[in-house]
Parts: sequence; C-alpha cells; structure tokens
Amino acid sequence: MTTINVNGQQREVKVDAETPLLWVLRDDLGLTGTKFGCGIAQCGACTVHLDGAPVRSCQLPVGEIGNKPVTTIEAIGTTPAGARIQKAWLDLDVIQCGYCQSGQIMSAAALLASNPTPDDAAIDAAMAGNICRCGTYVRIREGIKEAARHG
Amino acid sequence: MADPALSRRQVLRGASLGAGALVLGLTVRGVSVVAATGAAPASAAFAPDAFIRLAGDGNVTLVMPQTEMGQGIYTALAMLIAEELDVALEAVKLEEAPADDALYGNPIFKVQATGGSTSVRGYWPVMRKAGASARAMLIAAAARQWHVPAAECRTEPGEVVHQPSGRRLAYAALAAQAAREPVPADPPLKSPETFRLIGHSQRRLDTAHKVDGSLRYGIDATPEGVRFASLACAPVVGGKVVRVDDRPAKALPGVQQVIVLDDMVAVVAETSWAAMRALAAMDITWNDGPNAALGTADLWADLEKASQAEAHVALDTGAAAKLSGDGVIEAHYALPLLAHAPMEPMNCTVHLTSGKCEVWVGTQVMTMTQRAAAQEAGLSPDQVTVHNHLIGGGFGRRLEVDGVRKAVRIAKHVDGPVKVVWSREEDVARAPYRSVYGAWLKARIANGKVEAWSHRVVGPSVVARWLPPAYDGKIDSDAVDGAAETPYDMPALLVDWVRHEPRGVYTAFWRGVGPNMNVFATESFVDRVAREAGQDPLAFRRNLIGKHQRARAVLDLAAEKAGWGTPLPAGAGRGINLQYVFGTYLCTVAEVVVAEDGTVAVKRLTTAVDCGSPVNPDGIVSQIQGGMVFGLSAALYGQITLANGRTQESNFHDYRVVRIDEMPQIEVHIVPSAEAPGGIGEPGTVTVQGALNNAIYAATGIQLSRMPVDPSLLSKSAWR
Amino acid sequence: MKGTRKTIFLGAIAALAIAGGLAWWQVALPGPLAFAGGRQVDLATYRGRSPTGVPSELASADPLTKGRYLTEAADCQACHTAKGGKPFAGGRAFKLPFGTIYTPNITPDRETGIGAWSDAEFVRAVHKGIGRDGQRLYPAFPYASYAMLTDDDVLAIRRYLASLAPVRQANLPNTFSFPFNQRWLMAIWGALFNREPVFRPVADRDAQWNRGAYLVEAAGHCGECHTPRTLMQAMNTRQKFAGGAAEGWNAYNITGDQVSGIGAWSSDDLVSYLARGHAPQRGVASGPMAEVVALSTGRLTPSDVAAIAAYLRTIPSIRSSGLPAMAGPANPVASQGPTGNPHGKRVFEQACVSCHAWSGKGAVSPFQQLTGIRAVNDRTGTNVALMVLNGGGSAHSPGPYMPAFHAAYSDAEIAAVANYVTARFGTQASNLTAASVRELREQ
Repeated sequence: MTTINVNGQQREVKVDAETPLLWVLRDDLGLTGTKFGCGIAQCGACTVHLDGAPVRSCQLPVGEIGNKPVTTIEAIGTTPAGARIQKAWLDLDVIQCGYCQSGQIMSAAALLASNPTPDDAAIDAAMAGNICRCGTYVRIREGIKEAARHG
Repeated sequence: MADPALSRRQVLRGASLGAGALVLGLTVRGVSVVAATGAAPASAAFAPDAFIRLAGDGNVTLVMPQTEMGQGIYTALAMLIAEELDVALEAVKLEEAPADDALYGNPIFKVQATGGSTSVRGYWPVMRKAGASARAMLIAAAARQWHVPAAECRTEPGEVVHQPSGRRLAYAALAAQAAREPVPADPPLKSPETFRLIGHSQRRLDTAHKVDGSLRYGIDATPEGVRFASLACAPVVGGKVVRVDDRPAKALPGVQQVIVLDDMVAVVAETSWAAMRALAAMDITWNDGPNAALGTADLWADLEKASQAEAHVALDTGAAAKLSGDGVIEAHYALPLLAHAPMEPMNCTVHLTSGKCEVWVGTQVMTMTQRAAAQEAGLSPDQVTVHNHLIGGGFGRRLEVDGVRKAVRIAKHVDGPVKVVWSREEDVARAPYRSVYGAWLKARIANGKVEAWSHRVVGPSVVARWLPPAYDGKIDSDAVDGAAETPYDMPALLVDWVRHEPRGVYTAFWRGVGPNMNVFATESFVDRVAREAGQDPLAFRRNLIGKHQRARAVLDLAAEKAGWGTPLPAGAGRGINLQYVFGTYLCTVAEVVVAEDGTVAVKRLTTAVDCGSPVNPDGIVSQIQGGMVFGLSAALYGQITLANGRTQESNFHDYRVVRIDEMPQIEVHIVPSAEAPGGIGEPGTVTVQGALNNAIYAATGIQLSRMPVDPSLLSKSAWR
Repeated sequence: MKGTRKTIFLGAIAALAIAGGLAWWQVALPGPLAFAGGRQVDLATYRGRSPTGVPSELASADPLTKGRYLTEAADCQACHTAKGGKPFAGGRAFKLPFGTIYTPNITPDRETGIGAWSDAEFVRAVHKGIGRDGQRLYPAFPYASYAMLTDDDVLAIRRYLASLAPVRQANLPNTFSFPFNQRWLMAIWGALFNREPVFRPVADRDAQWNRGAYLVEAAGHCGECHTPRTLMQAMNTRQKFAGGAAEGWNAYNITGDQVSGIGAWSSDDLVSYLARGHAPQRGVASGPMAEVVALSTGRLTPSDVAAIAAYLRTIPSIRSSGLPAMAGPANPVASQGPTGNPHGKRVFEQACVSCHAWSGKGAVSPFQQLTGIRAVNDRTGTNVALMVLNGGGSAHSPGPYMPAFHAAYSDAEIAAVANYVTARFGTQASNLTAASVRELREQ
C-alpha cells in the first residue's frame, strides 16, 4: 500500500513500488487524462507535475514519489499558468486529435509557471520532449506565446 | 468502475428513421455539446433524415457519420449542416453515428469509412441538402401556421422570419409541424455569398474536453470490471508460437491469466503495467515461418524485379515509341516501409458474453469493425455493439481492424471485459505498414520542351483488399493517383502499374496514400528534366501547365510568397512541389540548408492551396500545417527496416519523428475558390517529399532517389 | 678508428642492454597480489577460512548449485553467448585490433560444444589456454586469470556446464590475419604471461580480503578489462586496475585514487554498484559492466560482494591524467549551459532531457543522474557516446533503462550530444567527431 497526493487528495494505491505512476493514475485511480504514448519517456504524452516540475509518469516508479504532490491534466486548470495555457489552446485551435495534448499542456504550463515570458529557445528546451503526430507544433508555440501575453 | 462517458450513452433505437427515431451514439463532449441525458421526447422531435435531430426543446443534434481523429471533420460537417439548416454552430451538439452502411456509408466509398480525404468532398452536397431540406420543412411549417406563402418567409439562425410582417417563430416551436411536412426533393441551397459559416473560420467543436483530460479515447474505456491485457504477436509475419515458459510471468504480482494462441501470447492482469511487465518476463519461442530470413534488401530487390514484369496501362497517349534510343532521361525513385505510429497506441476493449459482443475502440471503419468482431466471435453483426470513440491519431492505421480481431480472440478466453493495449513496441513493430513503392520514369525533351513522358509505378493494391469492389483487377486508381493525372499537359504520356505485394509485411493505407509515391516521383523528375533542359524549375512547370490553370495560380502564389529567385547562400536551396490530388491543387516551396556534413535543415515551407470552396479556412490551414509535419517526419527520418523477418524499429527513439525544435517556418496561403471542395487531410503530407528533394537538389546538385533523406549521401565533397 | 669501433661496440652493448631491459620490463611483470606485500602461501597452509570454492551461505548446497555459482562468479555466460543468442552456445564477436574472434560453444553438445571433452582437457584449457586438440587459445579467453582457479572449482564449473541442455551451434572461425593467425605464437605468449600458479593467499591478510582477491583476480578476472595492457597485450600489473578497455568502452580506474579511481566511494557504494548495478551519485553500470552485474556480481552472495569491495579498497592509488575530478552541479536552467554546440543541445532537449533533466540530476530517479558520473567526466566522451548508441536495460522491466539511439540519430548527432553532455555536466567537453562515432558503432 502506497499513499500519494494527487490533485490535492491523498490516495491509497495497492500496487508494488516499482509500478510507474502513469498506470497507477490510469488503471487504479481512473484518471485517464494522462496518456500512455511510448512508455520510455520519449514522447511526453504522460507528463504530470511532481512538485510543480514536469515529469514523465511512465518512468516514475510510484515508490519514488514520497510526499511530493502530483498534479495531472485533470487539475491543471486550477493553476493560473495551466488555465492560461488551456484558454490559449482553445482560442488558437491548437488541438487536432488531442491525444498528446494532455502532455503538451502539462509541459507548457510548467514552462509558463517558471518562465512567464519564454522565448523560442526556452520553448524548444521545454517542449522538444513532447511529440505530436498531428503536427500541431506551430500552434503550440503560438499558444504558449499567446498565454504569456495574457499573463 | 463506472464510466461516466458511457453512462451518457443514449440508446434510442428505432426501427426506421422516422420522427423521433434517434440513434445510438457516444455523446461527443465538446464546447457546444450538451451532455445528453436521455431521449428527446419522440413526439416532438423533428428528424427529417439520418443526420438532423431537432428536439422539442430546441436542441439540435447532428449525427456525425465520419470519425473525428483530429482532422476537424466534426466541425466541418456540422458547419455544412448548420449553414443550410440555419442554426448557430454554438447551438448544436454532435453524436457519433452507429454502425450502419446504408445510412452512414461514406458517399464515395459506400462504406462507413473515414479516410482518403473524402469526407468534405463526399458530404458537401449531402449535408448541405440535408440542412436545406430541414430548413425548407421548417419554413413550410411556419408558413402553414401563419397562413402565408412560404416564399415570404426566410430564416435567421434558429428561427423562421415572415419578412412582410416581421413575425418570428423559433425552430423549437415548429419541430412537431415540420416533421409532418413533405420532404422536398430538391430544396434550395443558400448562395455562397450569404454563407455565415462556410468560408468563415470557426472554432473546433471537439476540443473543449481535450484540454482537461476529460475526453475519453478508446484507450480510456473502462467498463465495469475491466481487466487489462498486453499482447505479443509473432515478430515475423507468418510466425507461430512454438512454446511458452510462463512461469516467470505468472510469479509476478497482479497477473491473472496467460493466453497462448497460435500466433500470439497475451497476459491479462490487474493493471496494464502488470500485464506488460509479465509479458516482458516471459520466454516465448517462435517458429518464424517462411519469412524468417527476410531483410529490407530483399524487399528492394523484389521491387526492382517486379518493375520488369508486365504492367497494366493506366493511360497511354503514345509516349512509348518516343522513349527509346539515345537522349532519353531516366530516373528511379523509391519509398520505404513506414509505420503510422499514432500517438494513441492501438487498443481495443471487448466484452464477450453469450450471444453478445460489446467493443470499445476508436476506429475509422465502424461497420468493418462490427463485421470483424462478429466474425471472430462467431456472432452476427447485429449482435455486436461498437462504441466508437474519438481517435488519438488515425493516419490510416485505424482503417485496419487487425487490432479488433486480436482483441476479440483474446476476449474469447477472458471472463468479463478486457482491455487490450498494445505497447508502443508492438504498435511499431507488428503493424501493417505503408508499403515499399518504386517508380521508374523516362522523358525526352526537344527544344527545351517535354516531348514524351512515361511513369511506371510498382506497388501493392491496398484497395484490392480493403475495398474489393473498387478494384477492377487491372488498375488500382490509388496506385496511380498523382501519376496519371498531374497538373501538367504532357504531349505524350504513358503511365502504367505493376501490382507488387511485398513479402513478409502487411500493407495499409498511410496518410497521403498512393500520391505520396507518385507525386514525389513526378515532381522530383520534373526538376531533373528541367535541369537537363537548362531551365528554372518554376518556368519549366509554368510551361508544362495547360488546362489546369488553377495549378498555375497556386504555383505562382507559392513561388511569390517564398521569394523564388532571390539569392541564397551556398548550401541553401529552394524546391517546388506542385500537385493535383484529392481534388485539391497545392504547391509548396521548401527552403533547406545542407551542412557540409550532409545534415539537412528545413528552414521554410511556403504553401499555396486551392481546395475549392474552403469550408473552415482555419481548419484547412491546420490540416496543411499538420500534414506537412507528418510528411516531414517521413522525409527526414521515416523508415521501417527488416532483418531476419523482424522489424528493427520499436519506439520513438528509433522510429524518429520531427519535434518542435526542428520545425521550419510554415506559411499557408489559401487561394479563394467557388469550386466544389477538394480534400485537405492528405495533400499537406504528400507535398513535402518532392519539395524537400528538389530543394536539396538545388542546394547540392544531388537528387536523392529514395526517402528518407540520407545525410551520408550529401556531404560537401559530393556536391555537384 | 679504434675509438670509433669501440664506440660502436659500446653503443651496441648499450642498445642490447636497453632492448634487453625493455624486454625484461615487458616480461617481468609483478604478480597480481604483489602490491599487497606479505607472504603468499599455498592454499593448504593458509590458516583462515579457504578463500576458494563457494561462500559459507552455500556450504551445504548441492554440487550443481555450487557449480552454477562458480560459473557465475567467473562470468562465463557473458562472453560465451551471442547477442540475442542461446546462453553458453558461443558466437559472440570480439573485435580486436588484429581481427574478430568469436567465442566458442561451451554447452555439452558433443559435436559443436564441449560435451566430448574430458575433465582434464577442460582444466587444461581453463588453466593453460590449450584447446582439446592442443591448439593454443587466444588470451581473449582470460586463462591468465583463470589459472588461479583451483582444480576443484574448475571442475565444479565443468559439472554445471555439463548439466545444461546441449545446443547444436557450430563455432565461427576467427578473422585474424597473419601473423596473428599463427596460434603457436600463443605458446610463447603463454610461457611469458601465463605463469601464475593456482591462487596463493597472503598469509597476513584476513579471510575476507583473500576471498575478495580470489573472486577479483581469479574468477572475476577484473584486471582483464580494468588493467591497461602492455605492448605484448599482457595485463600491465605495474598499473594495476588503473583503467583499460572493453569492447570499445573505457573500463575505468578502480584503484583507490580519490580523484581518478574509486577511493572516494564508500563500501556501501561499491556493494550497491556490484550487487544492483547502481550506486547513488556514482552512476549506473553500463555496457560490458552492466552485463557483469547482471550475470555475475549481481548474483553473488552478500558476503562475496562485501569481500570484493573490501579487497578493491586496498588497491594502491594511481592517478589517471585523463580522468580529472568530477565537476560539481550543473545549472538547472536550460539556457545556462554550454554554447556553440546547438546540434548537441537540440538532440539533448529532444531525446535526453525528459529523463536526465537540464540539471543533470535526473528527472525522477537516481538512475538518471549525469552529474558526478565518471563517464560524463571522461574527456574522451567515449562511454557517453556508446551509452547513447547502445542504451541499456529493458523498457518494460523495473530498474534502469535507456533506449539505444543508434538507429535514428546520425554519427554527427551522437557526437554532438555526447560533446554537449560532457560539456554541460562534466569537467571538460569531449571532442568526438562523426568519424569517431562511426568507429564506436563498429565495436
């Protein structure tokens, strides 16, 4: 039994400590907004925030979390940066299929929270780990800048 | 655990689609979508056809026959209906159509399938007419109530207005009477200058629940009591399981069941992770079968050999006689195997009970899915309920039902619902692929002009398997699409095709389909011939264009916007790709810089597109932007290779795709048009390879004959 | 004239003397335990617990279990298994400067394996490097170390190997060219460098130390990779454990040196590394060492791992000039790093940063840390590039995992990212080129 803090709630999960957080969120806690894409931290679809920092939950053993708070896409709208990113994403119609966008939004929200006016290099550094097969990259970049303008 | 998305499923069956006969479908939870809580009162509903449901409370529900997989089709189709029905887009909610070819078959395929950039092309007349009919019936109902001639009435969004008196009636109040009006045979369509929606960019209707994780894709389906399965299919096509040591797997926590079938092994567990981990721990011995020694080089050799075989002629205006002897320019081009690798890995959830099968999946082919599940389960199709979902990336992969078949085969051994999720490794390595293709071209020029041109295509027929009625046994129209009909008027032209099904792989459609090969070959060869003729590629193309004046317009616009002809530094180059496929004219100018070590950086892609009447202009831009990124990944990195029959690539670290930090600047310019719409999902992907190859050719003097770009062929010492 | 002739004569004498001295220097290498001083004695006269055989935990195990344990301690499987092949069936390629050698099948198949060998033939091969039909074996087979194994232990290994399922898999011929294809030359090599008798413990060291020495020097043959080689390809025991090479990887200095070696490692660090392949803040065993942990040290009993650690901590310090002190923490802000290598930065941000983080501390797991790691502070960058090429671990099993990037990234890109990693997180940037990565790919 492991207890983790997800989106402000203490959750008890009956899994072994090696289980990646991704599968705990999806299969045990029913938080399916966090997506499985590659399982090897190469695509970013599973990005969540661990104590505010973006991490790939497919590579995060639940036993490593301790008492650090986990925030997922389901709750990112409650943070100022997350809400601004979500709004910009809708205003600019960034999204196509949307499957990678949970991860994109989590990465972008973390970037904006730590750097309110990211330049192109900062966007590259924060977002190059997130793959989008629909190819929404042009609008992701615009969306981050749009969200920054409304900060 | 309960599934909130499913609890909202409406199950409203009707024997026919008369008034009140609503349909089963997953409610799409979008900005404009009101979560359905049950049936609208049947007596009050106005349902003139398979697509429109006007409830007594004024709610408008549009039934979407095409699958939304990111291409924006829900928005575009809703715009077509809402335009002619005259309702505000914000007022409609959308539902996924149930499996029913008769009602919801794609007008082009006659099967309920989403692909080939056919949706807007096929439904442009259908949806507009549906909306216009309903509007005419609402006007007729109002006119009857007011005792005035219908001709004195018009509509504004959501209401009928009697022009002379200024009286108004909301659609809601007219629904019951409208349902009793006769369906007009030939309702008047709006004239384009009165369009409020069509041609004006609209926000997408499918994305509000994609920003907060609440939208459920197929992979998120969690019916009560679901268990999780991971599968390993034979690593070589035609391979079989010999034996399995499942002791290490069964010793792991959470593992419930190991299922060994003749060509695959699955583990069922309490979580997906437990299943994947157990599968990885298992020792499976395979008999690889006849393809055990197959390698990529064999596929290329087979293709070359096939090119010598007898071909079926698609078009012949007497070029052959002029293409022998001295002075003939020849070239060969080829494309590799490609995986689709959509971001949502393949998955399918199945609950099989006696006489009933429920399937949760995201599919581009509803009825094929239903039939495939029925066949595997030994049921009739009407015993299978398919809950379709919005798709996390299709690109042609979900035109295939192999994943559904496998899931049902596993479910036959599982008591209760089981969710089968493919690992990414399985998704990349054991999937149907875009085939290898080859093209052999010849041309003769005289006085700087093309005198004769021939183009032999060698590749498979996916159509023959996927849509047999569309294949006449001689020419697969997809296989020669973009080769036979080009933007150019060739004085003498021969296009033929050798059907060649590669060994050891399953082939499938892949975004851009046949034109990916044919446009790449044609456009690369145009530049090659232009160079032989000593002409600028832009001028050479302008001279080749005859009847396709819309092609000239996109060519000129793209060239102008790209700054064609302005100086570039050494190592940089621009290349043109002009195409007319899927009913859309599109031209791209790529600008690249080739480094001394051969590394190619794509700086800019400038595109002009004439896709006929633009429905949702911002959606068109979005599709071209995205399509080009998809094409760029293929052109720069994409290839699946085989060794000992096994796919060597497995995940995004070795099946590489373009990322945000290597994106070129992309500009899309839409040429206004009043013609019928062309397709827009594929053209952006098709356009990249030719433009990129020609830009590299311009920069280095080296023309590549095969994608993806191989930097080792482009180092400075080889530049010409 | 006379004087001149005398000068020539004296010069010739001097040259011969120098040549002889050099030859002597090449040949007369100290024994593996010479550094320890003290008196080496026959096993029979050693008064402590015997350093050979299996550890006390396995004292009452059956003979096959003991044999398997010793087979693992000697790490036979790693070399005698082709990549993706059947265990012990041989076929693994070792690329040496003079050609490629393929390890033989040591399963009990009578045709292609060693099923038909007698015990004596087996012992002779392991101790002397002489094959069944008398041909000399190349010292890629570490018989110079295995010579120190007792007959009993060699026969225990033999018994275990004989219990395996035979695999019919013919041995592959080596590709050595002249003169290296002259196997008889190995007899001379053996006479010069394979002189070590069966293990002789040091009388005034304790049983744990001597057990560690037996495991390290005889069974584990650590020096075969970690000790540099002389011109004659013998282990240069004057530079004992100061760093060598294994399949293109740098096998680092494991002397007690605080800067270049493992002098700063605690015993717990060493035990953790050997038993689990990872020591916090020190790094993950990678490349050939990952195999050593997976197939050998990770399977040893705690007492044996502790013995190895105790022994290694007594190795005299040697400073390696190419292995400077570790750099400190790196800046966690992406833009605050090395400039002038945009390609390396791009690959890093695409493929690496999700796990390793811009700080190099690792995003979520101690396995992912780059700072303070020897490979990252090795100015050749070789092991970093090899790690990027080959990866390690398994995607769907617990424990450290890194994808292999060789297929999708070009030589230039891999050189660039290795140079970026050493610059951002190490003491000194490496200077790998596309050409050097191409060579590493061929290892």
